[in-house]
Amino acid sequence: MSLHATINVERNGFALSVDMTVFDGETVAVLGPNGAGKTTLLRALAGLVRITGHVELDGYVFDDSATNRHVPTEERQVGLVFQDHVLFPHMTVLQNVAFGLRRDGERIAGAWLERAGLGDKANALPSQLSGGQAQRVALLRTLVTEPRLLLLDEPLSALDVSIRAEVRRELARQLAAFKGIRILVTHDPLEAIALADRLVVLERGKIVQSGSPIDVTAKPRSRFVADLAGVNLLRGRGRGDHIELDNGATIAVPGAGEDDVFAVIHPHAVALYRAKPEGTPRNVWPARVEDLDLHAERVRVRLGGPVPLVAEVTTSAVRDLHLEPGTDAWVAVKATEISVYPA
Amino acid sequence: MALAGLGLLLFLLPLAGLVVRAPWGQVGQELLAPQTATALGLSIFCSVTATAIALVLGIPLALVLSRTTGTLRSVLRALTTLPMVLPPVVGGVALLLAFGRRGLIGAPLYQLFGVQIPFTTTAAVIAETFVAMPFLVIAIEGGLRSLDQRYEEAARALGANSWKVFARVTLPLLRPAIFSGAVLCWARALGEFGATITFAGNLPGRTQTVPLAVYIALESKPEAAIVLSLVLLAVSLAILIGLRDRWLGEP
Amino acid sequence: MTVFAAASLQPAFDKIAAQIHVDATFNYAGTQTLTAQLTQGAEADVFASADKTQMKTLLDAGLIAGAPEVFAHNRLEIAVAKGNPKGIHSLADLARPGLVVVLADPSVPAGKYAQQALAKANVTVHPASLEPQVTGVLSKVALGEADAGIVYVSDVVTSQKVQGVPIPDSQNVVADYPIAALKNAQHNSNAAAFIAFVLAPDGQSILKAAGFEPA
Repeated sequence: MSLHATINVERNGFALSVDMTVFDGETVAVLGPNGAGKTTLLRALAGLVRITGHVELDGYVFDDSATNRHVPTEERQVGLVFQDHVLFPHMTVLQNVAFGLRRDGERIAGAWLERAGLGDKANALPSQLSGGQAQRVALLRTLVTEPRLLLLDEPLSALDVSIRAEVRRELARQLAAFKGIRILVTHDPLEAIALADRLVVLERGKIVQSGSPIDVTAKPRSRFVADLAGVNLLRGRGRGDHIELDNGATIAVPGAGEDDVFAVIHPHAVALYRAKPEGTPRNVWPARVEDLDLHAERVRVRLGGPVPLVAEVTTSAVRDLHLEPGTDAWVAVKATEISVYPA
Repeated sequence: MALAGLGLLLFLLPLAGLVVRAPWGQVGQELLAPQTATALGLSIFCSVTATAIALVLGIPLALVLSRTTGTLRSVLRALTTLPMVLPPVVGGVALLLAFGRRGLIGAPLYQLFGVQIPFTTTAAVIAETFVAMPFLVIAIEGGLRSLDQRYEEAARALGANSWKVFARVTLPLLRPAIFSGAVLCWARALGEFGATITFAGNLPGRTQTVPLAVYIALESKPEAAIVLSLVLLAVSLAILIGLRDRWLGEP
Repeated sequence: MTVFAAASLQPAFDKIAAQIHVDATFNYAGTQTLTAQLTQGAEADVFASADKTQMKTLLDAGLIAGAPEVFAHNRLEIAVAKGNPKGIHSLADLARPGLVVVLADPSVPAGKYAQQALAKANVTVHPASLEPQVTGVLSKVALGEADAGIVYVSDVVTSQKVQGVPIPDSQNVVADYPIAALKNAQHNSNAAAFIAFVLAPDGQSILKAAGFEPA
């Protein structure tokens, strides 16, 4: 069992162009900033958007623009869970869960609700549920129909931050129990890493990176991924023992090759000084503090200069160095702390 | 606030005029007059039938309207709302030209089956439907446009075909819009005068609805006209208030 | 100057207005409507009624200046489609089953007179509609919805679309049209001049051309 999708959608100047394969039992998180086309991708898989391309699940063709084939949503057996649940407001919880069932709907739905610990809510209206309960009912409503493909659109973003962790654990359990293919869309890296086996990073309608959460965060290929991994990402051209950035600045690093490369520098490998340091580090640049951001005992310092970087230092270092926005400082990075991989 | 009060006054003053000028001593007598009951019965029958027909034809029309775009939509919308801006008398003439003995459809009907629509209760119902249905269509179309389409998408994703989506999701969610549209439509039908008198004529028991009876009475017995108007007012108020409690729960 | 005149007078009065060079506004409507408007305080200089009863109502209300004068008579006629396809020749023919007959409502003069005429002829008619205005009767015959209707001779003369079938004097009803100035008239001299013209030979010949009988 697997999903093969080649999807092209063009609308109002926005173009989505995605080619992806998902294998049975896999949970894929489509991660990307707002407006990247994540929801459009999900809607295209559900058949709610007409596409150019080809979508096929277990050899069954959903869409094929070459033969003008388009299987309507209701015939796809695809489960779609919306961001804000979209429970039918005029039906009880039981009627909602039974909606997609044909025979014996209410009995089966009742059993599912019992098992999920929501039996006492069967006769409640959606408006009487908490956000977390509504999310669980929405997922149940889809799961009872035994879809072959489960699509979740920002499943937790409508929830209050205080209950998100709890609902996320519950969601992880339910996803693990579901046997088919799971695709969830999110802009929250934590959600993606907690729930998915594989990340697909979508930016401006295109997949920029794909792989296990560890691989993706270890070797970011975009500013968006670097930001969510919390690392500095630089791009330049390899010149043997150094990298030349687009603005002409150079970074010494062994084995940089002769091709376009990415360089990742972890913020705690960035050292700050008031005066130009002497000694081993070969990468030393002047910088100006742009702003400071406190994270527990550590402070993230955003620096401007020939090589814009984020440094992570201790609160005492901030005090000792009198760091504040506008302060001039010197930056030093050991060449061995820089990891380089082809762009 | 002052403007709102002024607006309210514009409604209330004519009503107050009716109430003040009503010949209260004769009310009982006028109410018991058989013509009153006949006209009132006919009015209720015609307006309810017109509303029922408007629901059957108007909901699909509103669906089509809400799903079209561009020029076609503008054209359809203009056609649907035409009876709202057309003077009802002109509407009546137009109906005669369509359904009359020499009308587009009326002529073959008359020649083939000997059926004449004008001067019948059917004609009164058609006239009321023609004039009142746009109110229903516009209200429901508005409801459809403001409906979150994801409810329908969620239903489809759960395997519901178009009919099930419509019957179990769209229609129930539209209930407030349908209800207010039907009430507006019914109220407009109940007060219909111009198209009815032109297309259906005026015959007690067959086409003389309360507004027509009021108009006729105004010529000969103005007191009776006032009583009839008050009766129409009371009946419509009672029904509107009653329906509101029943269908919308608390106001 | 404002003239309140019965609707049936419109064709004749419009011609008269063109001849007398007086700045006049005409309010044509059913006589009952005009009476109601005047008793409710509408301002006018001249009232020309299709019916003595209504004039009397205003006299009793003290709204009329001087004595009303009858300036024209009108008779009833059966209006039928051009060529008289249904072969209607008398009031008795109106009782034929299957014939669609439209009358004016008895609350307006034309309807009251039609009832009187039918009673004289001893004919019972089942009308399809009782129109609140004579013009309604006329238009329904003209549009072909009704086979026959009872209207004024002046209506038939003015209308280009129907044909008249005369009703014999023994069955007919003669309507008297009285005219008078109103007490609260703002333009007394114009009102007097207008009434005088209507009663003079020039005015009478215009009325005659419009189907009325001279006073």
